[in-house]
Amino acid sequence: MSEMTETTLLSVHDLSIDFFRSGAKLHALRHVDLEVRPGRIVGIVGESGCGKSTLASSLIGLLAGNAEIVSGSIEFEGQDLARLSTRQMRAVRGRRISMVFQDPMTALNPVVTIGRQMIDIQYREKRSSAEKRRIAAEMLRTVGIPDAESRLSAYPHQFSGGMRQRICIGMALLMEPALLIADEPTTALDATLEVQVIKLLKELQQQFGCAIVFVSHHLGTVAELCDEVVVMYAGEVVERGAVRDIFRKPSHPYTQALLECDPARIKTPTRELPTIPGTLPDLAHPPKGCIFRERCPKAFARCEVEAPADYAAEGAEHRARCHLLDGKARGTA
Amino acid sequence: MLIFVLRRLALSVAIVAIAVVLLNAMLHLVPGDPTVMILGPRATPELIERTREAMGLDRPFYIQTLTFFGNLLRGDMGVDVFTGRSVASIVFSQLPYTLTLIAASIVWSAALGIVIGCYSAFRRGSWIDLSAGVLSVSTISVPSFVMALYGLLIFAVGLRWFPAVGAGTGFWGQAHYLVLPAFAIGISWVGYIARVVRASMLEILGANHVRMARAFGLTERRIVFSYALKIAVLPAVTLIGTGVVHLFSAAVFAEVIFSRPGIGALIVNAVNERNYPIVLGCILVTTIVIVLATLVSDLVNAWLDPRIREAL
Repeated sequence: MSEMTETTLLSVHDLSIDFFRSGAKLHALRHVDLEVRPGRIVGIVGESGCGKSTLASSLIGLLAGNAEIVSGSIEFEGQDLARLSTRQMRAVRGRRISMVFQDPMTALNPVVTIGRQMIDIQYREKRSSAEKRRIAAEMLRTVGIPDAESRLSAYPHQFSGGMRQRICIGMALLMEPALLIADEPTTALDATLEVQVIKLLKELQQQFGCAIVFVSHHLGTVAELCDEVVVMYAGEVVERGAVRDIFRKPSHPYTQALLECDPARIKTPTRELPTIPGTLPDLAHPPKGCIFRERCPKAFARCEVEAPADYAAEGAEHRARCHLLDGKARGTA
Repeated sequence: MLIFVLRRLALSVAIVAIAVVLLNAMLHLVPGDPTVMILGPRATPELIERTREAMGLDRPFYIQTLTFFGNLLRGDMGVDVFTGRSVASIVFSQLPYTLTLIAASIVWSAALGIVIGCYSAFRRGSWIDLSAGVLSVSTISVPSFVMALYGLLIFAVGLRWFPAVGAGTGFWGQAHYLVLPAFAIGISWVGYIARVVRASMLEILGANHVRMARAFGLTERRIVFSYALKIAVLPAVTLIGTGVVHLFSAAVFAEVIFSRPGIGALIVNAVNERNYPIVLGCILVTTIVIVLATLVSDLVNAWLDPRIREAL
């Protein structure tokens, strides 16, 4: 936000993205704001279909063919990524911004050796191929692949899922990008591997000093890994702030409901897991007023007519889009 | 890998053996006595009997088959009933013509089919993609002998660009004579291969690993040629390997229509004359070629895809 003194690395402002699907226009993202400062880890949480992956893809210019950026800007290192040509975007990809994908089993090319793939992504560097190979082997060692040199000539299917995700993370960090986008990197892994991969990400982030945008629907990993959290609902950012504030003092009713549904938080044994009643609104015709109104236990008359502004909540740089905070905001101002 | 090849070769021998037995059986079910064909209608019953004995036709079917196998192991495929020449020398003198024709058809149709398939996939929905689709389906549905006849009429008789009959001499001469028959056989394969490559290329361009390669800023050229194409041609290789059977039958038509020497022309004459040894020899060699072709296509796929290589 404007009151911030630190420089921002990535600043998404008022980003709206539409999807064209069977004649209908889905407003998948609406007026999304996101700030990432250098070296910080920002988590994006929300349920399936809330637009978190769309947001992540838009940052690296890999939106599906039927998606269109309707408005807004994605400022990154002095350029607006939303306005770059394909060629200009390709210059940013893999060098200043890189990405780790959800499913390590399909993310690597099955018929090209790991070494070849790691050498190919260094194609911009003026290094000898022996040097590129050495750098690739070193990265494999860094991400904890034993016997790195000989494993360079192995194919992806000769590695386990956890190993493959380590390789993907290594590849993403190979060019020492300023920003790493991790789109649910642990969702396809089992719980023990998830812990290992999160630990690895945290270590590497400290070593390389890059910022990370970490997309997840797993609140536990977000709480453990991230510095800041952005909570998304139905294509809108409903709340954002420091990880401590979000988890201790959730201010938006959706965040509160989401935290209550986290199985890790249930204290008394129960046969039924808690859920948020209702379903996501129709994104082809988003309702007037607050997007969460229909499922909100605290909704009142104003929520039906007026979309809530970005109100300040308790804590530094903690903001939420809920009318309940209106009074508080005025009180602190 | 070596074990795989050896196992496949052993299997090939078994397949060839079964084919020979079936063929022997089928030939004996075809009406018409070879001795009558050889000796003509005025032969005496005694002469017929003596010839039957000399050819071994009086003995039971299984003895004939076993004798055939025995001779085969010594490299003897029998002798031509009419000329007395060895079948092996006749068949192997004709085989190169057919193999050249089939190879030429495969090479040009695969090269063009892969290019069209890839282009259709990149420009999905464009007018080139749509017209390639329509043309593919139309060429697939036209039989190769119709193509051969029209090719002959238009380019040989009408325009006189290419010779109508024969095989030519010397490399360029042979190549010149090859154009029309190879065109007739290959044209429908262009469509087949283009369709298959387009479908698999579309699937691969939407795959996660291509998305990841793009996320690393790799150029589309590199993504397509060194990452995607290897996977996209796998089904086309299998298609060609199993399709060699159809290529052989198309070659039979082409050789008859263009009066080219070759296995196809040989086999048609031999069947009409009830020349059993030649028929058997041709079928035997054809079966071996077809079995080897599937083996080669499996090996090519294994070379392209490490996962298949490991499964071997």
